[in-house]
Order: sequence, then C-alpha cells, then structure tokens
Amino acid sequence: MSDQILEIRNLTAYYEVGPNPTRAVDNASLGTIRRGEIFGIAGESACGKTTLALAMLRLLKPPGHIRRGEVIFDGTDLLKLAEEEIRSIRWKRISYVPQSSMNALNPVMRIRNQISDSIEAHESGQSKDELDNRIEKLLMTVGLSREIAGMYPHELSGGMKQRVAIAMATALDPEILIADEPTTALDVIVQRGILQLLGEIRRRMHTIVLITHDMAAQAEISDRVGIMYAGKMMEIGRTEDVFKDPLHPYTRLLISSIPRLKIRTELAWITGLPPDLRNPPLGCRFHPRCPHLMAGKCDVEEPQLAEIKPGRLTACHLHGE
Amino acid sequence: MIVSNPKNLLEVRHLTRVFRMGGFMGKGELVAVDDVSFDVPAERPVILTIAGESGSGKTTTARMILGFVKPTHGEVLYRGKNILNMNNSDWKMYRQEVQAIFQDPYGAFNSMYTVDHVLKVPIEKFNLARTDEDAHQLMSGTLEVVGLRSEEILGKYPHQLSGGQRQRIMLARAFLLRPKIVVADEPVSMLDASMRAGILHLMLDLKKKWDVSFLYITHDLSTAHYISDSIAIMYQGSVVEMGPIDEVIENPLHPYSKLLIESVPIPDPEQRWKEHMDLPTREFRSQTFNGCKFYDRCKFRTDVCKTDRPGLKPNESRFVACHLYHD
Repeated sequence: MSDQILEIRNLTAYYEVGPNPTRAVDNASLGTIRRGEIFGIAGESACGKTTLALAMLRLLKPPGHIRRGEVIFDGTDLLKLAEEEIRSIRWKRISYVPQSSMNALNPVMRIRNQISDSIEAHESGQSKDELDNRIEKLLMTVGLSREIAGMYPHELSGGMKQRVAIAMATALDPEILIADEPTTALDVIVQRGILQLLGEIRRRMHTIVLITHDMAAQAEISDRVGIMYAGKMMEIGRTEDVFKDPLHPYTRLLISSIPRLKIRTELAWITGLPPDLRNPPLGCRFHPRCPHLMAGKCDVEEPQLAEIKPGRLTACHLHGE
Repeated sequence: MIVSNPKNLLEVRHLTRVFRMGGFMGKGELVAVDDVSFDVPAERPVILTIAGESGSGKTTTARMILGFVKPTHGEVLYRGKNILNMNNSDWKMYRQEVQAIFQDPYGAFNSMYTVDHVLKVPIEKFNLARTDEDAHQLMSGTLEVVGLRSEEILGKYPHQLSGGQRQRIMLARAFLLRPKIVVADEPVSMLDASMRAGILHLMLDLKKKWDVSFLYITHDLSTAHYISDSIAIMYQGSVVEMGPIDEVIENPLHPYSKLLIESVPIPDPEQRWKEHMDLPTREFRSQTFNGCKFYDRCKFRTDVCKTDRPGLKPNESRFVACHLYHD
C-alpha cells in the first residue's frame, strides 16, 4: 500500500458566466495527500475551498467548469475518467459530506431507510437483517444509539443529524472522506464531538480532507493544512508549523485575528476586501491588502507555490530566491 | 412590586417566557427563558455577555429586552420604569437609548436602496438634523466614528460592500441615536475571522470613548472573553453561572460552564483536547422534570439534583446555580 493516496496538481475551475469567468480555483496544487492523514483546507468565505472539493470529485455543476489540472487517485487521473468510472469511485472509495448535509436528509424517511438506500445503491443483494445489523453498527461508530435508526430527521438535533450524515458517508468504508464544514452551525460541545469523531474515523485508516474556515478546528485535528485565498493556495505545511511560524503574510494575519480563550493578546484584522475573482489583481492576489507589499514585484509577478523549507510550501515573494 | 435600584440603567427581573407548542406533533409548553435576572449599571459602561448554545434562550431574552416579545412573567426596567408601561416620552427615550444590531448584516438592508437609507430613516424619525446639509454632516461624522470613510460608503448599494462594512454601518445607525446600551445579537458570527476583530475593537472603542454599554449575545466564548467585563452563561433558559468574565472563564464553577469552556477549541495545535468527550447517544429534554436541567449530562450529579432544581445563588463575586456550591 503506497503512502500517497491523492495528488492534486494545477487544478483550475472557473464559473463561466459572462465575458469574464469567476476564477474560483486557479492553478491550485495540494501536492500529495498521504494515506491516513487529516489534510485541512482553510480559508475565508469565497476563497474556493468548496469549489476545489467539488472539482476533485467532478461534482461541479455548470456554470462551474474544470479548465485543467490533475487529480491523481491511486495512480489514475480522476479528471480523465469516463462518467461511469468516476461514479464507481465516488462514495465507495472517496466519499463526500457536503456543507449543511445534515439538512439534506429526507424529512419523510426513517434514518434506517435513508442509510440502507445509500448502501444498496452501491452494494446490492443483502438481506434485510444483514442491512439492519450493519446500520446499527454504523450508528454506533458515530456514537448514536440503535433506536435512532427508527426515527425521522425532525426528531434529531443538528449534531445527531450531522453524525448520521457522516455515518452514511462512511458506510461503504471509503479510503478518503471529504468533509466540507462539518462543524459549522453546530454548538461548541457538539463541534468537539464531531471533530473527535473525525479523529476516530481517521484512526480506522481513512484519509480525511477537512474543509473548514474554522482555524481552531484545523488546529485541533488536522495534520497538515493548506491555506487558500482568492482561489489560490497560499501556504501548505504541518499544522503545528503553520500556526507556530506562518510563512505567508495572509496566513499570519488570519491566525492573529482569531481570539484565544484565556489569552487576551491584541487581535489583528485585515483591512480591505478580497478581490473580485472575475477580475483578479495582477501579481499576488493578496498584494492589495498585504502589509509587506513590494511594489514592482508583488503587483506584477505572480508568486508560485514552492517548497522553501522541508515540507513547507508557500507562494510569496518574501520567500523567493 | 419590585424595587428598582437607581444605580442601574437596565434591570432584568425574573424574566420568563413560555411558548405554547401546538399542532399535530403534540401539545406542550416550552420554557424558553426561565426566571432570568441581571443588571446593567448606570455609572460606567460595561460589556455584558449573555452566552449560550442554540436553544439556551439568549436571543429570546434579548428580544424581550427590546420589547419585541412580551414576557410571560417578570419585567424589564429601564431607568427604574417597566418598559411595557412606559408613557410616550419615556418609550421614545427608551427607543433612542437602547439600540440593537443583529447577526445578519446582509438581511438588515433593503437591497433596493443605497445604504444612505438606513442612516436617513433614524435621522428623520428622531429629528436629528434640520437641513439636508446637517443630515449629511451627521452621517459622515458617524461613519467616521465606526471607521468608515463616507465617500467610500454613501451612495453605494448593500451588495457593493463587505459584511464587515455592513455591520459597521449597522453600528453607525445605532450610534446616530447616541445610545446608552446596544443589544448586539451575534454581531460577528457571520463575518470572516479577518473582519471580526475589527468589529470587536469598534465595540470596545464605542464603550471607552462614547460610554456605550453592550449586551453581547453570543455562543462564542473566545470573542466574549476578548471584549466583555462580565458574563452570564445560559443553559435551557436559565442562567447557570454569572460573574466577572476572567473568573468565569479561568475558573468556571458550574459543571455546564466547565464542559462548555473545555470544549472551546484553542487555535493552537500544541493545545489540543486531551480528554475524550462522548456526545449523548440520544437526547433528553423534559419540561416536566423537576431536577437540575443539566442532570442527565452532569458528571457530578447527586440524588438531590434529580429532585430539586438549584436556584442562582451568590458565591463570592459571582452567582451559580448548582447544588455543589449550595449548602
């Protein structure tokens, strides 16, 4: 079994509307995601996190369109597969828990039937008893009691519905679980429960791609993290390193803008707005807001993501040459 | 008759709200807010956080203070007067001195009007300016207080501004009326992290320079700790612990406050959670249960907790509703 499971290179996905497409994900590389790790993708609203996830699985709907790039999973480029081939990989080998999936459960179907439908769509021919047994075990892995199977979604809290959604996504024992904002809109204590649950799923040798804007959640469970800004990958590294010694000015400002309970250090914030992705600035996309702007360089030449220390990548001219 | 203390600007006394639940799902009552009391002092500005998770009753409490929801029991006193029995001039003063901002800085705007509209309405309603020239001056001056440049803001439509700018405009609208208290219900939870700190600092600034007190309603203890002086933690409609912010955050007494504070993730990979916490495998909430509302989840429960609901009682400099601290 190889250590590498997924590799993303130069992925570019635009929303083709009007004369200027929205360059939601532009030439983003994640490098290699390793088997059994939690790889975090962080960044603020509209930075392209979700588009990236959808593009990886070829779930992007028009006007979204993948312009180029490679998504290598187990030696094959997912972007080159025929539709039926990718369908046999999705859910079974790479599953996806979309944002607010807890609200996507069918309100008039018992939890048991929703889970069994999703299993049977991929693995048919099991007896009812086998399926029931499997569903009860599955619910136990996400910390829910077996009675939940007989309930309807409205009888469950948000956190319980989110656990059902995660249970469904892990039902077929996929190698990779992509979770998009799995803790957003949940209460603090429930968030902790969900993050710990993802930690347990990882220990069962699943790889997790954790997409969340919540840097505290990233700090809590991700092994490595990629920071996106305006459709570009700005920095990738081990989570400890990125938090301790952020290389990109955007990462540094982002981290110092988050309050820490029990420590009252002065918070920073970023002035200005993220760029309009229909017409992004030349050079580095962060340059109009960057405190370290080098005129004539950052506003002209786009910095490329490069490894500047072992295991640490950033796209910033401060670290160039 | 409840005696008012002239040292207090706002007094919330035994505030209770019961919602009746009807319909085909069964009938019942939901005690959304259950005997909540606290004060906002008059002599100095404070930021008081009302913290709690969803369903804790924090927003219903705020809505009763603003007069949007009528309490089932209890009262809200402003400068010693019950807001529900105020005469016209007192009510007008209350509507001027107690302002509100809300979670969604997007929903608060009418997208058909330029943002000038949200500032002009209070100027007209409260006769704050005599001429158009005065009104414009007032708007620019107020925008400056909240850290915006009027030439970049006036004449724009809401969609042309960021969430942070829109929330600043909401604070400008409130500030136009020179409020004594601003009820801020999750004012930063929809903003990106990099913009949040700016709004929090603006609140601190308004408190320090302009003597504005805030009732900060939030689920987020990290931002609460950053800006508040004191905190009341709510659980299922009741205040379980209340006191100076540093004491409560650094040394919580109530088992729910402990669990809540322990569960806040620290944005530092070197301070990860050490202890494993299990979520309940099913949920339990019964309005007919007479014991402590936290009984089913409490690690420290005893027999008395099952039969007696603990009231909020003083414990040195704070208040706590837990039998562990009651004799």
